[in-house]
Amino acid sequence: MKNLIKAIAFGLVSLLSMSALASSSAHLDHANNDLTDKESLKSGFKTYINYCLGCHQLQYQRYNRTFTDLGIEEADGIENYMYTGEKSGDHITNAMPKKEAAAWFGTAPPDLTLEARLRSPDWIYTYLRSFYMDSERPFGVNNKVFKDVGMPHVLQDLQGVSSIDEHGNVTPAMGGSLTVEEYDVLVRDLTNFLEYVGEPSKLEREAMGVNVLIYLFIFFIIAYFLKKEYWKDVH
Amino acid sequence: MLTNFMAWMDKRLPLTDAWNKHLAQYPAPKNFNFWYFFGSLAMLVLVNQILTGVWLTMSYEPSGDGAFASIEYIMRDVDYGWLLRYMHSTGASAFFIVVYLHMMRGLMYGSYQKPRELLWIFGMLIFLVLMAEAFMGYLLPWGNMSYWGAQVIISLFGLVPIIGDDLTLWIRGDYVISGATLNRFFALHVIAMPLVLVILVFLHILALHEVGSNNPEGIEVKKKKGTIPLEEQSKFEFHKQYTDKYDIVDSVPFHPYYSVKDIMGVAGFLILFCWVMFFAPEGGGYFIEAPNFDPANGLKTPEHIAPVWYFGPFYTILRVVPNASLGAIAMFGSIVALFLVPWFDRGVVKSVKYRSKLHLLNLIQFSICFVVLGALGTLPATPTANLIGQIASLGYFGFFIALWFYSKNEKCKPVPMRISD
Repeated sequence: MKNLIKAIAFGLVSLLSMSALASSSAHLDHANNDLTDKESLKSGFKTYINYCLGCHQLQYQRYNRTFTDLGIEEADGIENYMYTGEKSGDHITNAMPKKEAAAWFGTAPPDLTLEARLRSPDWIYTYLRSFYMDSERPFGVNNKVFKDVGMPHVLQDLQGVSSIDEHGNVTPAMGGSLTVEEYDVLVRDLTNFLEYVGEPSKLEREAMGVNVLIYLFIFFIIAYFLKKEYWKDVH
Repeated sequence: MLTNFMAWMDKRLPLTDAWNKHLAQYPAPKNFNFWYFFGSLAMLVLVNQILTGVWLTMSYEPSGDGAFASIEYIMRDVDYGWLLRYMHSTGASAFFIVVYLHMMRGLMYGSYQKPRELLWIFGMLIFLVLMAEAFMGYLLPWGNMSYWGAQVIISLFGLVPIIGDDLTLWIRGDYVISGATLNRFFALHVIAMPLVLVILVFLHILALHEVGSNNPEGIEVKKKKGTIPLEEQSKFEFHKQYTDKYDIVDSVPFHPYYSVKDIMGVAGFLILFCWVMFFAPEGGGYFIEAPNFDPANGLKTPEHIAPVWYFGPFYTILRVVPNASLGAIAMFGSIVALFLVPWFDRGVVKSVKYRSKLHLLNLIQFSICFVVLGALGTLPATPTANLIGQIASLGYFGFFIALWFYSKNEKCKPVPMRISD
């Protein structure tokens, strides 16, 4: 009996170590973003509207939900975050024609609502900081995390562009309007926003989880003593 | 007032009688341990799946165009939709965890042995239907892993000789997996399979109560009528259906003794369940796989297609056999073998506690092989993984074959007549 429990524990441990082995892939930098930081989320939202939305929709997320969750007044939101005359209850979409877009970029720019859940926030954070010059590519840039990606380096004006030598070493980005630190903050905010959009109810979920677990612990203790009380006469 | 109402009811429907027969006066051995929580927990998860499923159905759209978006609608626009969805998705994995542990319990204590063979068969049928139910449910979010996972599993039916191609076409309802497949899987997932599942669970419990519960000692608590002096029989009042035929020893009425104990088990289980559901609903990428956040796309294969973790053991057995048809037969055989455990085991001693060292070792190696096979099922197939998988498959089938040989003349410890305190 004891041995059996040990054996099962052993099996679980080997299962965990195997899965750890399997998940070790390319190195990603840690975004260390913070979903409770509303200013960061707003800044990320702004960057998204200005730089990303032209090509990448957030077709499952509504403007007014985003306003509410990020603490943006509706009037403020309509004026500063909505440029193309939608209603505030609309989804965050664009007017890019899919077929033509596929011809322009090789593949249609994907919807990014769930990108942070599909690839992880760390991936997004690293990806946006990993463009480098590559004259072979149609837009003159390539990416260390996503090889031969179809999109141009949209944030090039801000970051500038890195180059890579024949040993694979990356030189720091040159010619952007932001310093390296400022650019990292901008990308972190954008990552933060995309993690929020991936699961808008995440903070609510975790807050509810704490309450539920506290309730269940108390319930368990009561149930334990109830059981003991009932069973005390059984031999 | 209530008494009158119950009297009125009882004249027309055996309500009180059924309550007594199956709960308040059902004799349950007094020595159930930790492993005996998983039956009632499986029932709890079943109820959870049915209730959350009903509410999810209200907002889900079963069509190739709308399914993926409707899941995100549930996650964002439906009040507490995210909670319903996570309860359902975490529940699916929890179902298999408790069912696997429940089955392990049966193997350890010989709960499949005479006279409980049919009870075991009903249990195995439940397991089979549960796998079909889970497989069809997994297609419904219409994510890319749903799509390709279903593609892999449905293509298995193509290995059936002669009718294989027609069979896969018939299952899919199309030449590729499409909205037509999604619609029929939805129908089967929300109506056909749950109905069968509930009926089988009903039969499982009916069969259990007919033969009586086994226990960790594997000692029967229902003795031949007239063999036990009255002062040694259990002091509780049991239903006459049991006491007319047997003298009952070492037992307690299921209610309230095991109902309060199971409530404690439920609380413990819910702590773990809610921990995962509220803080890691993706289950580390095993309960909800990352590629499933990409909509189904027949032109874009995920890097590594893996069935959900609970199919892992059987999927690995399929994969490590070099020949595809033989692999499918081996996978089928691995489930058939479980059905036939009551006949592989020719012993009369039930509990591992009183059986030979060899049997204990056999059980341990079986559970290790099962876990290893499950882990490999979620990993990419490399030559090393294949080799380990082949060894573990041998261990899996070896369990049944070895059991058949040694159980005939097994050296067991003497089994006491009664459950000691």
